[in-house]
Amino acid sequence: MSRFVELDDVDLMYGGPDGTLALRGASLGVAQGEFLAVVGPSGCGKSSLMKLVTGLHPPSRGSVRVAGSPVDGPVKIAGMAFQNPIMLPWRTTIDNILLPLEIVQPHRRQFRARRKENEAAAEALLATVGLGGFGRKYPWQLSGGMQQRASLCRALIHQPELLMLDEPFAALDAFTREELWSVLQDLWLEKRFTVILVTHDLREAVYLADRVLVMSSRPGRIVAERRIELERPRSLARTFDPDFVAIVHELRDHISAVRQGEVS
Amino acid sequence: MSRTERLAPWLFTVAFFVVWEIGVRVLDIGTYILPPPSLVFEQSWVFRQALFRNSMQTLYTTLAGFGIAVVFGLALGIFIGWSKTIYNGLYPVMIGFNSVPKVAVVPVLVLWFGIGTVPAILTAFLISFFPIVVNVATGLATLEPELEDVLRALGAKKMDIMLKVGIPRSLPYFFGSLKVAITLAFVGSVVSETVAANSGVGHLMLIAQANSEVPLVFGGLLCLAVLGIVMYAVFALLEQRFTGWAFRGQDRRAA
Repeated sequence: MSRFVELDDVDLMYGGPDGTLALRGASLGVAQGEFLAVVGPSGCGKSSLMKLVTGLHPPSRGSVRVAGSPVDGPVKIAGMAFQNPIMLPWRTTIDNILLPLEIVQPHRRQFRARRKENEAAAEALLATVGLGGFGRKYPWQLSGGMQQRASLCRALIHQPELLMLDEPFAALDAFTREELWSVLQDLWLEKRFTVILVTHDLREAVYLADRVLVMSSRPGRIVAERRIELERPRSLARTFDPDFVAIVHELRDHISAVRQGEVS
Repeated sequence: MSRTERLAPWLFTVAFFVVWEIGVRVLDIGTYILPPPSLVFEQSWVFRQALFRNSMQTLYTTLAGFGIAVVFGLALGIFIGWSKTIYNGLYPVMIGFNSVPKVAVVPVLVLWFGIGTVPAILTAFLISFFPIVVNVATGLATLEPELEDVLRALGAKKMDIMLKVGIPRSLPYFFGSLKVAITLAFVGSVVSETVAANSGVGHLMLIAQANSEVPLVFGGLLCLAVLGIVMYAVFALLEQRFTGWAFRGQDRRAA
């Protein structure tokens, strides 16, 4: 199996030789088009994993490869979304979504010439996340959930091969969160980009992912791996079925074990 | 804003002069100590030409100094805000520079440029550029790291991040600092005019004081106050115009 993202025995240390070790001996592979979720307690280096894969932070040891070539700087093919939607308040929602096209090649060169097409693409994307017709609004006129939808659109507008999500739904209310799970699943089923989702929410991980990795707390290590063989598309009702709940509990046990170890 | 709210500044201004007038008369304060506003206005009218000419001179040196401060402050602010290292390294130097009383620099400027317009412009510049630098630099340095990550993960260069996000984002800080800077620029030019000039409101007040024309001294003060308010209002308006998005809370309530 060709691996789209590959980490080989990676350490990550912040703040020089005496700094904190955020990640130790991490090895993982993500196939092209796979949906991977990473769960773990707070401070387990999940966000460090994001920085490594996108090339924003070099590993202290080991190697990181994305799309077949070693990462030695920002990868330029990744879309990112975070817990905080961080929209730019002086731009309309549509201009916020178009921001990546103003930066990333080859879109950047043609940005002005293809303004109309780009806007149509952004509008279409907005419609798929349930924000049709909101493009001309400013982000601060939208609710938190709507901003997070728009933030997803921004992460996807340049059709990245790799989508990195760092607890994107953590700040939303439960109903909005579950609705956005479905939105994300639909988008992924349609476009089949590779996703790495970092989350605290075990139901979210099981609902969305093909495979879930459990990490220990700092220094982060990968302690368990669970393939989720549930059929797609998965419905929200499915999350209450016994087999689904059993997987969630299994993951919870791993996390508990990790936290026990931390205390003792 | 309601009618009363709009009228309030005018009412308070009038009340201020009324209290002043009554206070001076009731307490029987000599006009050589604190002249009543009626006398100040009367004498200001008598010397209106001199006041106007010198006010224009002061306005000119203030705006010239302020203009240089905007250009220089913006450039230096962007430079300092460009990276955390430069920010941390230069900030203490800036604080030290700003701690030097600008009036102490005027003799040096006179030594270099002689008495007159140039020291006034430079003093206005020196005193007003600091808040601009600090605000622009802070606006840039407080950029959300996640947003920087989003853009860098797309292959954005530092320049892209600055142009697309950093600079627009720090504009409210910049315009906010202009309001402070313009009033400081008046302080700078008048200080310089008082020490070493042959025109300007500061110079006029000094002459008036030497001639015991106390009402005219206060007339000069009034002129400065009016100029200060007008300039402040201009920049407050510019701020609203260009960075209205930063005041969205108020806009929404108005809508």
